[in-house]
Amino acid sequence: MDIKAYIILSLALFTIGIVGVLVRRNAIIIFMCVELMLNAVNLLLVAFSKMHAMSTAAKASPYFASDAQVFVFFIMVVAAAEVSVGLAIIVMMYRNVHTVDVNFLNRLKN
Amino acid sequence: MNLTTLVFILLSVMAIGSAIMMISSKSPVHSVLWLIVVFFAISGHYILLNAQFLAIVNIIVYAGAIMVLFLFVVMLMNLNAETEPVKNYRLQLVGVITGGALLLVLVSAVMKIDVEQLVEMKVGDQGLIKVLGMNLFKNYVVPFEISSVLFLSAMIGAVVIGKKDETANH
Repeated sequence: MDIKAYIILSLALFTIGIVGVLVRRNAIIIFMCVELMLNAVNLLLVAFSKMHAMSTAAKASPYFASDAQVFVFFIMVVAAAEVSVGLAIIVMMYRNVHTVDVNFLNRLKN
Repeated sequence: MNLTTLVFILLSVMAIGSAIMMISSKSPVHSVLWLIVVFFAISGHYILLNAQFLAIVNIIVYAGAIMVLFLFVVMLMNLNAETEPVKNYRLQLVGVITGGALLLVLVSAVMKIDVEQLVEMKVGDQGLIKVLGMNLFKNYVVPFEISSVLFLSAMIGAVVIGKKDETANH
């Protein structure tokens, strides 16, 4: 499989995430779209790691091409921490304004 | 067209279609369920690339833990299609056009490259748990330990933020 197929697939998923952030007003859905963008990047990192595994430098050392997959592992770690804090913030916002609509958070404007 | 290409196309259509359904469905519960389908499709891609450890971790951590947390919060707030806030039609159209223009520019830039660079499918031991574990605990021990501090601070932060403020009198 060509690497371009994976690049285009990841770009499509990432763009859908961006469109979701722009289009939706529910804070939870916006947060889920951010998770989708993180996953698109993870998929691209794994694809690049397997592309790198085809090279002659990677054949010499078995750990050479697995660096990108360790990075994906750390991205998942950070995403899990981010979700716990972000959902706590959304719950606190819901308790204060009784809605998850992000348009109610424009008080800094006036 | 061989079987690998067919599976790739099937998983890609599943991922993109479910992602579009996620951002377009009215009910937040349906959005969460569609996002779980996207994560399963991405795990299928990992298996196709022989990244077995990441495929299992993706299902356990994302589909199993994070999305259940999302579902829990959605049901805690009792959100449904009636309480869903809707943007006006023109802003939605502008958002879709902006995203489509970005996708068009990026895809056309990628398609201009005429270098054929192949990806190793179904074989290779880079994604196996033995190689990944050796790499993680040989070369990435310090980031691994720092991530435990990150988890501790995230846990304390979530508790402090989510706690009811008892000193405030309103």
